Amino acid sequence: MPTETGREPAVFDMVDESDLIRVRKVLRTEAEATGLNLVDTTKLITAGSELARNILNYATGGRGRIRIEQVYHQGRRGVRATFADDGPGIEDIDQAMTDGFSTRGSMGLGLPGARRLVDDLTLTSAAGSGTTVVIVKWQR
Amino acid sequence: MTDDVVPVMQIGDTLLVALQGDLDDTTVIRIEEQLTREVSQTSATGMLIDVSRLSVVDSFIARVLARIVAMVRLLGAQAAVVGIQPAVAITLVELGVPMGHLDTALNAEQGLALLRRLRRGDTGTD
Repeated sequence: MPTETGREPAVFDMVDESDLIRVRKVLRTEAEATGLNLVDTTKLITAGSELARNILNYATGGRGRIRIEQVYHQGRRGVRATFADDGPGIEDIDQAMTDGFSTRGSMGLGLPGARRLVDDLTLTSAAGSGTTVVIVKWQR
Repeated sequence: MTDDVVPVMQIGDTLLVALQGDLDDTTVIRIEEQLTREVSQTSATGMLIDVSRLSVVDSFIARVLARIVAMVRLLGAQAAVVGIQPAVAITLVELGVPMGHLDTALNAEQGLALLRRLRRGDTGTD
């Protein structure tokens, strides 16, 4: 299991669209501090942007909680980002992870697309009890 | 009061717009509205959208870019997206955003050449 590095995580509430930019900024700062290369940094920020937008679009009141931190595992450093909300939850996780599935007329790329951009994506959800998505991107 | 969010340069009958900074969704939508308006109000027959200073293009921004190009075409002009950063291109492909139907070029100069070919109805690559 990855351990934390001792550096303070960035923890903040997602309230409105300006926090989308904040998520991207913090991810860039942590990715650069961790030593991710440009392509991996870009993938991580883009995945985070998709997940943050999911909160804006699907969570109750568009609100959620973000936690971004550096992690360490077997000599490698990485960035872990957690996107949690108290929204309606996802009834069918397999369906939500399928390309092109959307309940909102979007392209339905958010979750499956984000999963392709990071090394690990874990989704925990149940109908009525919110959704938590954790992504990790490791240094090469 | 003006609703313009990005500076648009007109060179001959081509509009050149360079996007930059970290764009939130509202700004992206306002840019879309502005660019559609600019094409209909000028006699432009082409538009180049330079994204070389965008370090992140997520699925929303990509979708609106594709929409802008489609709308410019509906207005009777041609549009191309130029200067997509390599890291952004790799990310968009893995994300799965369909961009294949977009006319793109490496930079503004090649974009102008592409617009000339599109105006002639020449779809070949030189």
